[in-house]
Amino acid sequence: MTESTYRIRGATGDWEVVIGLEVHAQVTSNAKLFSGAATAFGAEPNTQVSLVDAAMPGMLPTPNRECIRQAVRTGMAIDAVINKWSRFDRKNYFYADLPQGYQISQLYHPLVGEGVVEIVLDEKDPNSVPKAIGVERIHVEQDAGKLMHDQHPTRSYVDLNRSGVALMEIVSRPDMRSPAEAGAYLSKLRTILRYVGSCDGNMDQGSMRADVNVSVRRPGEEFGTRTETKNVNSVRFVMAAIEYEANRQVAVIEDGGRIVQETRLFDPDKGVTRSMRSKEDAHDYRYFPDPDLLPLELDDAFLEECRASLPELPDAKRKRYEGELGLSAYNAAVLTAEVETARWFEALLAECGSDVPAKSAANWLISDLYGALNRLGKTIGDSPVSPAQGAELLKLVADGTLSGTLSKQVFEIMLETGQGANAIVEERGLKQTSDTGAIEAVIAEVMEKNADKVADYRGGKDKLFGFFVGQTMKAMGGKANPGVVNDLLKKALG
Amino acid sequence: MSVEPATVKRVAGLARIAITDAEAEKLAPELGNILGFIEQLGEVDTSGVEPMTAVIPNHLRLRDDVVTDGDVRDKVLANAPQGEHGFFTVPKVIE
Amino acid sequence: MSNLTDLGVAAIRDGVRGGEFSARDVADAFIDAVAAAKPLNAFLVETPDHALAAAKVADDARAAGETLKPLAGVPIGMKDLFCTRGVETTAASGILKGFVPQYESTVSGNLWNAGAGMLGKLNLDQFAMGSSNETSAFGNVISPWRRPGDTAPLAPGGSSGGSSAAIAARLCPAATGTDTGGSIRQPAAFVGITGIKPTYGRCSRYGVVAFASSLDQAGPMAHDVRDCAIMLEAMAGFDPKDATSLDLPVPAWEAGLNADLRGKRVGIPKEYRVDGMPAEIEALWQQGIDWLKDAGAEIVEVSLPHTKYALPAYYIIAPAEASSNLARYDGVRYGQRVLPDGAGLQDMYAATRAAGFGDEVKRRIMIGTYVLSAGFYDAYYTQAQKVRTLIARDFEQAFEQCDVLLTPTAPSAAFVLGEKSADPIAMYLNDVFTVPSSLAGLPAMSVPGGVDKDGLPLGLQVIGKPLDEQGVLNAGLALEQRAGFVARAEKWW
Repeated sequence: MTESTYRIRGATGDWEVVIGLEVHAQVTSNAKLFSGAATAFGAEPNTQVSLVDAAMPGMLPTPNRECIRQAVRTGMAIDAVINKWSRFDRKNYFYADLPQGYQISQLYHPLVGEGVVEIVLDEKDPNSVPKAIGVERIHVEQDAGKLMHDQHPTRSYVDLNRSGVALMEIVSRPDMRSPAEAGAYLSKLRTILRYVGSCDGNMDQGSMRADVNVSVRRPGEEFGTRTETKNVNSVRFVMAAIEYEANRQVAVIEDGGRIVQETRLFDPDKGVTRSMRSKEDAHDYRYFPDPDLLPLELDDAFLEECRASLPELPDAKRKRYEGELGLSAYNAAVLTAEVETARWFEALLAECGSDVPAKSAANWLISDLYGALNRLGKTIGDSPVSPAQGAELLKLVADGTLSGTLSKQVFEIMLETGQGANAIVEERGLKQTSDTGAIEAVIAEVMEKNADKVADYRGGKDKLFGFFVGQTMKAMGGKANPGVVNDLLKKALG
Repeated sequence: MSVEPATVKRVAGLARIAITDAEAEKLAPELGNILGFIEQLGEVDTSGVEPMTAVIPNHLRLRDDVVTDGDVRDKVLANAPQGEHGFFTVPKVIE
Repeated sequence: MSNLTDLGVAAIRDGVRGGEFSARDVADAFIDAVAAAKPLNAFLVETPDHALAAAKVADDARAAGETLKPLAGVPIGMKDLFCTRGVETTAASGILKGFVPQYESTVSGNLWNAGAGMLGKLNLDQFAMGSSNETSAFGNVISPWRRPGDTAPLAPGGSSGGSSAAIAARLCPAATGTDTGGSIRQPAAFVGITGIKPTYGRCSRYGVVAFASSLDQAGPMAHDVRDCAIMLEAMAGFDPKDATSLDLPVPAWEAGLNADLRGKRVGIPKEYRVDGMPAEIEALWQQGIDWLKDAGAEIVEVSLPHTKYALPAYYIIAPAEASSNLARYDGVRYGQRVLPDGAGLQDMYAATRAAGFGDEVKRRIMIGTYVLSAGFYDAYYTQAQKVRTLIARDFEQAFEQCDVLLTPTAPSAAFVLGEKSADPIAMYLNDVFTVPSSLAGLPAMSVPGGVDKDGLPLGLQVIGKPLDEQGVLNAGLALEQRAGFVARAEKWW
């Protein structure tokens, strides 16, 4: 990717957008960061709350190893510096979703330092050059509870189920220059987290959300004043918020105004951002090291286990698919974009063994299986066909038992009935035939019925060859081996 | 050290403690005295000294990722000044 | 048989074991004493049923021929900073009025598991912030001691003033205390009893209402060194629920008591000879030195050069931590809520906290908020934590030359209530000798050494190396044996 040419066309000239994202990703864990309460989504209010989460007097935090481990693995996945010595700090502010009156976070000594996420704007374009987006840090912190405002005319309801759930805050450098780059970064980050297994990436359940820092400047000049749009929860909304906010800032500046450094909210219905005055006076957070906790010191064995447990990551996998498996750049990108797809594909390859070329398996997954899933409104996670069943079908194509046409028929029956390909072929006699005697008999019949066309062909109308193939295949119920049909027809027609 | 009543009010605001102007006037010299007292720390040469992190050598233990707590809503809500339907309630917040 | 309320922990334990008296008799005697001592205002809540239930368990166990638990039959007082399941716990603050914990602090739970019963919850300085027990929202604790011919109420010390007054008045044989900057040792000295703050991390902080997390440490208060050792053995121990708890076995301190100090060196820190130290205190200190010599110890002068900076560092670190620890008292989940007409959430917080916290608590929250606020953090808080490192280093170096340190506990005897409450700094100076060891997390105890010209108790402080509670107790025992302190407050209440 060359330097972004995305510009806001203002009345006074072009403006460049500068974007940084602070992504909050919920760490996948059974229990909370500092208490033994569960983290599952959607429980009855205040049922997944311990006395620690409710900040009862004298309650103390005890850190969950798995949350630390997942943040370290995430850091390793983006080639980041892992700080073997880090600390938890308290961020002090008052809000009804924050029972302690402070959030335990990491300001001064985060767990993970500098790393990098590589993005490609257009996966389908082999000429698209990757761009490196810097990650400044990843720190671990507590989530807040949830307030509900529309249950009662004069009261807000407080549910602390989320209070204390572990989050990773992944802070990028202000390295993005267009909504598309920000979208690509967020998507890529989500892919990496899901590969690593450190976050489920369910943005609609709030497992991932982004604070979007936007400023505008004349190309090449100093950074402008930025605003922070909080808690944007989809890739599309992040892009829309940036687009709106950048244009708003340009309009303000060109009107002779100044950008105020402030917190804003994105309204997805209207596609606009608006100032969030309720948080304005809360900027003096009085961070200091949490005296209830000691410094977090990680030993080599811990780090080694984190590294050893990392799966093959999307970039490496894509390169391997292109190199070792000989897939096209596009197919490799599609198959690696979601960890479930890659897993499904690799399970399929394993079932196929050496009988089916990887390319054929990739093509079948991307066109036939995805086509079917789209039609059925299903994801690969709830595919009605298993990798083993897919492999069974592909093997029948590879050994010549099924033609391409027949295989599509068999696949449809598999989807409808849940039966295996072999059983379907046996039961319905869908095996293609290479029996030359049977095919020659049918060819003779076809030529007899179409004597005029035979004459035309022999007179030089070569194009009629396809007609004879079609008639023969039709008469054979689609089960004839097309190669054999071709050969025999050429011989018969002379 | 002199502390202005306005500073007292700002700090009280941060600490979410309502104070009247009269109280701020009264507190200003008191806080000034205390801050003056603690400011003598500035005399100490601490270059090259690390701030204390753990008073007695100890290391942070990490817990296993097992659900051992929660599902105690009655205990959580037992002392709530106000609540309904399993929630704590507060004056309506406009965000 | 002597009056049961005159007995200490060991005597009660042994008497119940030996069948000299029943646990029920002991509980009844103390319950009656508590009920008759309202003028002292030492108890915020009385829990006779708790004490009687524990006594019954002890008597039944003895009748059944079972081995009795270490504290079977011993009723104690519980400082109201420890959360006790089903029993109102307020930290002597209006903001927690009516709060009934649904959980038990680890330390109180350990004591119940050891067979102790609870006579009640003891008054204290609000959120343990104070040195005279004048900051309680539920009234001052009055020391059982008086100056001769004078009825002026004296301070029992603070913050564990309910604990000190109750023990000195024989309302309980022992009580829990907590010590952040001297809150066990100074009140112990003021009323002529013994108290030990163990090494930071020995006693779990789980369920103890937090004041300053990096300093808070629970410890026992009792009549003598042996009783403190027995109590501390029950209270201490590793607790996975407190990340700062030390994962070490609890030594058998009582069994290890030994007042023979031959081969031990006692350090006398020269910086503790502060200007204007009363002659009586100075004389007592010298007396203590002589007693320890007599016990076989070698006396060495040591230097703790950063001593004078301990108080200012403490008055940054403790309020900073407190300002954050006390943010949870917001009227949302427990405690008092004040909701003025038409108030929003943030107004509710401000009104609730203004009404619920006392003046000293507000003062410390404000100081703590100020020193942590933008632009001041490094100059105050970081600098204070660096000075704290230097103070701890001073002790480390001193302990290269000696095994324990001997100092006075407080710069004066008990003062008249109200005498110092107008001047916060004068009040803070009460802790000048106790704060440095708190900052360094060291074990330290106060034992009664003598009386001043008015017959009021004075204490001597022994400070030990990290984890060397045994060395501290042993030096304390040597002092106790030689001091022969028998003075007691005459009953006027």
